Amino acid sequence: MPKCPECDADVTVGSDAVKGEIVSCPDCGAELEVKETAPAALALAPEAEEDWGE
Amino acid sequence: MNSGSGGYPRVGVLLSRVRVEEKLLLAELESRRVETKIIDDRELVLPVERKPDLGVDVILERCIQHGTALYALAVLDTWGVPTVNRYEVAEICGNKLLTTMRLIRDSVPSPRTRVAFTPESALTAIEELGYPVVLKPLIGSWGRLISKVNDREAAEAIVEHKDVLGSYLHSIYYVQEYVPKPGRDIRAFVVGDEAICAIYRYSDHWITNTARGGRAENCPVTPQLGELCVRAARAVGGGVVAIDVLEGPEGLLVNEVNYTMEFRNSIDTTGVNIPAKIVDYVLEVARAAR
Repeated sequence: MPKCPECDADVTVGSDAVKGEIVSCPDCGAELEVKETAPAALALAPEAEEDWGE
Repeated sequence: MNSGSGGYPRVGVLLSRVRVEEKLLLAELESRRVETKIIDDRELVLPVERKPDLGVDVILERCIQHGTALYALAVLDTWGVPTVNRYEVAEICGNKLLTTMRLIRDSVPSPRTRVAFTPESALTAIEELGYPVVLKPLIGSWGRLISKVNDREAAEAIVEHKDVLGSYLHSIYYVQEYVPKPGRDIRAFVVGDEAICAIYRYSDHWITNTARGGRAENCPVTPQLGELCVRAARAVGGGVVAIDVLEGPEGLLVNEVNYTMEFRNSIDTTGVNIPAKIVDYVLEVARAAR
């Protein structure tokens, strides 16, 4: 099970996860990006920038 | 045109983050066995002096960053790569002033708006419209940095902050009348020439974006609402767009048009399979480009 890079908690990544998906750390709430799926690897998701949106 | 499995066009999904919307779109493509290529915009390098060979027949643009979407689409559009949405639509919808000008050009009702270029003229514009007014950044989404200005003191403070702290774009002052709402606004989804569904966005706050906690309920697409939204979509160049509509005292007003729309809160609410409608349209665009 991958660890949260912010707080080191175990983070469950669903079997249907895809690269680029965002998950939340259940302990610290950090937004994490799925960088790899087999095996799952996580990194802190980029912070929202001014022109992000719809 | 190249064809993927089952005779379907091959679809490239240009994205940054896989949000709920992208997962739903990818699942819809997979359920139809459409050959799909995910293109991460953070890894993309586009040759600009020749047609980019991305190995797909059509690009579904789902970037989270307007700048990325805009310039990727500019290159693809120049070289005749079919995209949803098109460059023109991103350019217009990504900028509130350009959107307003298209709505006015096509006689689509929208809130009264002023644009000014200095703090002093911004205050003049604000007072000309009369309090309260809404100041919006030209580029931005999710209701961020939108200010309801109730009086002269607040206007002076916000204009000064924008002038001193903002980038140059924040010194283009886009001032709109505040339209009193019945505790909600409308978001309608247009795909091609059809308003496929709509939601009411309820909130106790004057900003009703669901990204800011607004609650969604189904909104029937009346002939009047549908016709207005299709006209707004055409005004910005058409495609797959979400229209924000205000129920003003004198009738419906188109407030904004979004070109990489989020719809996670609107599928169950409306009972309409929005990702399926989008995929239908994307495949139609690819086939039309044959």
